[in-house]
Parts: sequence; structure tokens; C-alpha cells
Amino acid sequence: MAIELEQQPKPAAVALSRIAVSETHGEDSPYFAGWKAYDENPYDELTNPSGVIQMGLAENQVSFDLLEDFLERHSEAATWGKGATAGFRDNALFQDYHGLKSFRGAMASFMEQIRGGRARFDPDRVVLTAGATAANELLTFILANPGDALLIPTPYYPGFDRDLRWRTGVQIVPIHCHSSNNFQITESALHAAYDDAVSRGLTVRGVLITNPSNPLGATVQRAALEQILDFAVAKNIHLVSDEIYSGSTFSSAEFVSIAEVLESRGSRHVDRERVHIVYSLSKDLGLPGFRVGTIYSYNDAVVTTARRMSSFTLISSQTQHLLACMLSDQEFTADYIKTNRERLRRRYDVIIAGLRRAGIECLRGNAGLFCWMNLGPLLKESTKEGELALWNLIVRDVRLNISPGSSCHCSEPGWFRVCFANMSEATLDVALNRLHRFVDEYRQRTGSS
Amino acid sequence: KQTTTRPNPMGILSRKATCNTHGQDSSYFLGWEEYEKNPYDEATNPAGIIQMGLAENQLSFDLIEQWLAANPDPASFKRDGGSVFRDLALFQDYHGLPAFKKALVEFMSEIRGNKVTFDQNKIVLTAGATSANETLMFCLAEPGEAILLPTPYYPGFDRDLKWRTGVEIVPIQCTSANGFQITETALEQAYLDAKTRNLKVKGVLVTNPSNPLGTTLTRPELNLLVNFISDKQIHLISDEIYAGTAFSSPGYVSIMEVLKDKKLEHTELADRVHVVYSLSKDLGLPGFRVGAIYSNDDRVVSAATKMSSFGLVSSQTQYLLAALLSDKKFTRNYIAESQRRLKQRQRSLRKGLEKAGISCLKSNAGLFCWVDMRHLLEANTFEAEMKLWKKIVYEVKLNISPGSSCHCVEPGWFRVCFANMSEETLELAVERLRMFVEENYNDVIPRSRSGHEMLKGLRKKNLTKWVFRLSYSSDREPEER
Repeated sequence: MAIELEQQPKPAAVALSRIAVSETHGEDSPYFAGWKAYDENPYDELTNPSGVIQMGLAENQVSFDLLEDFLERHSEAATWGKGATAGFRDNALFQDYHGLKSFRGAMASFMEQIRGGRARFDPDRVVLTAGATAANELLTFILANPGDALLIPTPYYPGFDRDLRWRTGVQIVPIHCHSSNNFQITESALHAAYDDAVSRGLTVRGVLITNPSNPLGATVQRAALEQILDFAVAKNIHLVSDEIYSGSTFSSAEFVSIAEVLESRGSRHVDRERVHIVYSLSKDLGLPGFRVGTIYSYNDAVVTTARRMSSFTLISSQTQHLLACMLSDQEFTADYIKTNRERLRRRYDVIIAGLRRAGIECLRGNAGLFCWMNLGPLLKESTKEGELALWNLIVRDVRLNISPGSSCHCSEPGWFRVCFANMSEATLDVALNRLHRFVDEYRQRTGSS
Repeated sequence: KQTTTRPNPMGILSRKATCNTHGQDSSYFLGWEEYEKNPYDEATNPAGIIQMGLAENQLSFDLIEQWLAANPDPASFKRDGGSVFRDLALFQDYHGLPAFKKALVEFMSEIRGNKVTFDQNKIVLTAGATSANETLMFCLAEPGEAILLPTPYYPGFDRDLKWRTGVEIVPIQCTSANGFQITETALEQAYLDAKTRNLKVKGVLVTNPSNPLGTTLTRPELNLLVNFISDKQIHLISDEIYAGTAFSSPGYVSIMEVLKDKKLEHTELADRVHVVYSLSKDLGLPGFRVGAIYSNDDRVVSAATKMSSFGLVSSQTQYLLAALLSDKKFTRNYIAESQRRLKQRQRSLRKGLEKAGISCLKSNAGLFCWVDMRHLLEANTFEAEMKLWKKIVYEVKLNISPGSSCHCVEPGWFRVCFANMSEETLELAVERLRMFVEENYNDVIPRSRSGHEMLKGLRKKNLTKWVFRLSYSSDREPEER
């Protein structure tokens, strides 16, 4: 059987899987134009002061000095101890999907500290994954079958369209939230979403909320959490609470975790078994590159299964070791949490004040790395197209890459997510000035208020 | 206790969560459990179970440790007097750290004697080969379609390739008649088997060097595979995670080298050949979760890159290993020295087993031997294999891997690892085995005559006995997995 392929024109390529060629990864969406504009012309204080300022990246860059300081004082965290070569060997060999016990323990206690000790976390229920991206997908594989649905309040993190749906085949049905009540989740919205799914022939498997919310930058109120939990119990479905921004709440007291709700209810097994919490160090600690995520489940079968599945997405043992050292130091973590909150709050105050001076209002926020800005009054037409037109203008002329609400499936046009923690204060100033000038000119031109 | 009549939510997990495809309830894990309960320790538990079921490379850590001591900066996030901590902490680009990808593809090339080069733009980083293999399945096959794998194969494939993807594995049956090499007949038979089961075959996955055989694929086998995928218009995945462990002749030939030799490099067929790599075996760093997919097909690279979001390699680790692998002096020395040590260690195991009247498949790579204990079976059945295996675990106190867990079609073969323990522990292990054989079997271990001659004669005698038994009983004994 000689092979003579090189003499013929290249035949049509063998087809890849449907998943491989589908667009559910979401990267061909129009929103990537913003990223492209930034990549082609990135702002730099010195070398490119008129470039595009990146305000679409929810990164926390305000507290690195605290981490760097810790590493200076604790070199053994990064180097397996002074001359302690045995440390390296054992660490390099460690691929147990239970994760480093010291790290699991440190994560559990860190999560407790963030919640002011109002909830307890059992290290044996902590499952480690390479980032929250992996955690959310993994949970979806475990809780739902292909074709089933998860209910998610809008607006939501655009990445969910990929993370929860792409390889799992699971669908997202939105729980529509509105500015009339500050986008809070209501009981009627929950029921409407559920009924919507059922009418489409979908089996609803759970509700997934992000608390604090991305992109709203606000915590979910206790009353709403209770309602959502009751709803999940009544429908006998799961409740996933993505709490990756929990440490970024400006004041500890304002964040209520679903874990606290469970504990305060002294809840029955049947309540607990359906609740799963996702956490990560990408936002609170500003370490997205290290790929540290976790699933905390009150359901034994989910813990066991998630652990086995985590084989596909384990955290580097080198990184587990580093962070076990860091997070086990409770004096350090307490100080970090407190300082980080304060700095984020200060940044938030700066951006809110700056936007207000420009006559722009935002949703009242109390958490996260971004604010939810309302440019509705500026829209030519109160439609998705109108929003995108305004957005294109802002990216192109104002040279700010912000995230349009439609990319977050917001049902009301005109809202934008604007990040404030991924740049210096000076850059934030520049951005606010640009926006101010733009809004003034725009209003003059269009005669809008 | 529940007081309501509502169904327990524990009952409402997905099919994937409740099925058994993760394979962890198999008896194979019994050995692991037993080991965990009673692990051997030279000082504190000398009568414990010796772990010989773990394919880890522990022989050359000192070389890496020396490098780390001489080059402390990369692990401490330093470079040229400055800190790279902030940049690394923020780096989550799924295209990977360019410096690391460059170092990695050069390392892969070096392992292949620089006979082939790899393009760093065609490599996708994943959290281990476990993730790489699964990702390739998601990219190349639909749920319900099939991939052909030569037996015996790594038990983890049952989970990695099938669990969440819904893809099926159809075995290419290999036998000891020709040293478990892949034959055209076996390939065609497997393809037919799939067809009979109404499964569309999307590709063939081979592990080269082989786990559990410890052999490298021969050129005829590689040529066979190229012809086969050409004929059937399917993919070929070559899992080459043990490439750096080939320690003796005939030497390692990668599928990429074959494509190059046949001048097939820029053809459509080459687009269907994908390589999986990892640093878990060659460098002994399984904990660091460093795997990779290499493909000539842009679409595969593109899709796999996006999918790698679900299992990225920690930037901290990428940075450290970029520095390590960029040091060519280190890599050159490491590759050679590691292979030398593996060769010597494999020889120790082989010789030790010989003293116990046990032979192995002739091997030239890997971290294990494929050991022939057919002559120690009560019957030529998998039931007998299990019985023997349990004796070895519980009485001899060695955790080795039974061939049935690797889907071997012949009972009596076991995978025994040699690179995850000290030389002394290995000696103890083979001595235990020798004593077990001496006490439980007659005429297996040579007594007075030259060992080799005696062994040949005896084995022939036993083989004849088995041949007779086989023809008598093969229809009646069920195969056990």
C-alpha cells in the first residue's frame, strides 16, 4: 500500500467533532473587537499615552505588594525550604487528586476568614481544580446531563456561555433581572425562568448564582439567598454559588455566603445536599495565572465524583505548596483580606465619584473589581444595536475597552461593566477624564441630557 | 433523617456522575488500597507492601535538585535582579508562556535525537497528559464514536478517553505470539469489530513507548499505522510520554520521524497525526501537571487551545520549567544520565526475576517490565490471574498490576515498575518473589544446573503442560477482566 498523497491536491480535511467546530466557545462574538482594539493599541503611561485603556479585564492588581512582601519574608514557600531537597522531590511526585492536605486546610480556613468566621468549611469537602473555569464546568458535568438546563440570573459573566455549555452540552436559561429593583433576583423571575425552560422541553437541574455578582459588583441579599434556596428545595434542584469575589467585598459584613444561610437554618440534609460553592484565588488574591479553583460541596457523592474528575484539571503541586504556606499564615491572611477590601473600596469610590462628575450613574455596588455603569440615557435607541453603536464609539474614539451589557445577556440596553482594579490610579484618572470629555461632547452633539 | 417524601437530591446527579466509567471501583484499586493500609518503609515498616504499581521516575531527582540549587532565581520568581511575580501571577493566556513552549519543543526534539523539530505554535499546553488525551477526544470524536487502542493498554485510558467524552474504545488485540506487536490483521479485525458494534471509528491511539509493555514501536509497526490511517481516513494519536525513557536498542522512533522519512510532512495525512507529551515520566514531575498536545492541524490546535482553559498549566510552573529546559547543558546531561540509570535499574529487575524463574518481555524503554507469570497460574484464566495477583499483594506483599486491568487478552502477564523505589527495595522485592516461587512451585527455580539452561528446559516443559491444558479448557473458562 504505497502512499502517493503528495502528488495529489490536498484532499478535504477529515471532519473534527461538532464540539471542536462549534462556536460555543464564544470567541467569535463581536465583543472581541474590544480586545482586538486593545491588543493592537495598548495604553502605556510613557510609551503610548493615547492607546486603548483596558477596562474589560476583571483583574485585581491593587494588593500585589502584600503578596510580594510575604514571599520576601518566606522564601521557603517558593523554594521547598533552604537546601531541603527532599521537599522538592515529594512535591514533584505529589499528584494525588485529594490535593495537598495542608493546602486544602489553608483554603478552608481562608474561606472561613473571608466570611468573618460566620461559616465553617471542612477541608475534606474541598475539591481542587485548575481555576474556577474548570470548577464550574466540572460541576456542570456532574449535576446535569447533555440537553439539561441551568438557570442563571442576568446579567452574567460572558464566560459562562462557554464554561457551562461548550463541552457539557448543557443549556443556560436566563433568570431575567431588572434595574427597577437593582437587578436583584426575585421569586417571580425564578419561577418564570423555570417555566420557560419547561415549556422548551428542558429539564432544569439547578440554579447558578454569582455572589458577589459579576458584572453587577454587588452582593446578593440574604433574603434573596433564602428565596433561591427555598426555590431549589421546592423544585428539588441544585444550587451552585460562585463566590469567587467573596474576598473582594468592600466590607466583610455585607457579604452573606450561602454557607451562612445553610448554617443559620441549621438546615436539614435535604437542603444541604444540593448546595455547592465555587471559589478561586484569581480575583481575591490576584493570581489568575496560578490556576487555583475549588469546589466546596455539602454532597458526599458530588465531592467524591468531583475529586475523581479533577484528575483532568489538577493544580500544580508546586503552586499548592506555595499557597499552602501563604494561606496557612492566618495573621498574613487576616491583614491581606482587610487591606485588600479597603483598597478596593477606595478605588471604587474614586471611579464612582469620577463618573458622577461626568453625569454618569452606576448601580450601587459593594464588591468586586468593577462597577456597573448606566449609559442608558446616552443611547440613540434603547436597543441592543444602540448599545453596541455606543460601545463601538467608546472603544474607537474614547479608547476604553469596557464590556457592554449585552455581552452579559443583560435584558436592558445601556449598561456597561467597567473594571477599576487592573490599572494604576493614574491610569484610572486618565480613563475617567477621557470618559468625562466624551460624555460632554456627546451630549452637546446629540442634545441629550 | 428525611421526614418528607420528596426524592433525595443525591439521586439527581448526572449519568456521568453515577456511571462507573471512571473505573475506580475495579479490583485493580484493591492493590492500591492494600498498599495505603500497609506501605513498605525501609526503616519503619520493612514487612509492608512494596509499591510496584506506580509508574514514576524517581531515579534522577538529584540532577534536578542540583540544578535548582545552582539556579535559585526561577523558583523564586526572579530574573536579572528583578521580580517576575506580578507578571506571572497575572499570566493566564491559554497560548502559554512563549519561553516555555520554545524550551519544551526543543526538549521534545532533543529526546528524539534532533531527527525531527517541533513548531512551538503547534503545541497546546494542558494540565498533564490526562487532560491532553481527553481534550483530543473532545476535538476528534463525537459521543458514541470509537477509538482503536492496542492491548494491553494503560488502565487510565478507560477513564481519560471515555468518561466525559462518551467515546468508546475498541481494542486492537495483541498477543505474546509476536511480542505483543501490532499487526495488520489485528488492526483490520479491530476496525471490523467496531463496525459490528455499529461504532464509527475516528482514530487509533498508540502509546509509544508502550505502557505497559515497555517497548518502543518498530518501524514496520509505525509504517503499518500510517498505511492504516491513510486507508481508513482516520486520526492517529501517538502518546509519547515515555519517549525520553528509551534506554537501549533498537532506539526510539517517533511517528513524526516516520512522517518525515516518508516525505508526508505537509500532507493532509500529517494533519491527522497528533502527539501527546508530558513531563510526568521523562522528568519525574507528575505533580506539576505539565502536558501537551502537538498537532499539524490548525483547527485542532485552535480548538484544543481554547479547551485548555479548563486545565491550564500554572504560570509559576511554566516559568520554572522554561528555565530548566532552556538550559541545554542540563537537558543533554539529564536525558543521557536518566536513560543510563533506567537501563541499569531495568536490568536489576530482569536479573532478579530470572533468579525467581520468571521472565519478562524484552523491553528497551519505560519505567516497568511486562512480566510473564503464565507458568505460575493454576489455569490459563483471568480468574487464576486474579488469584495469583491477590497472593502477590497479600502474601508476597508486592503491589503489581495484573494484565487484565490493562485489557491484555492473555492471562498471566503483570506490569512491574522499577523506577519508583531504591535499589535496595527492588532487591528485597525480587527476593520476596523468589522465595514465594520457591515455596509454592516445584521445578520453576533452577537448582543445580546452569540457571539459564535449566530455565529454558523447565519453561518448555511447563509450556507444554499449558498448551495441553489450553486446548482442553479454553472453551469452558470465561475470560475475566
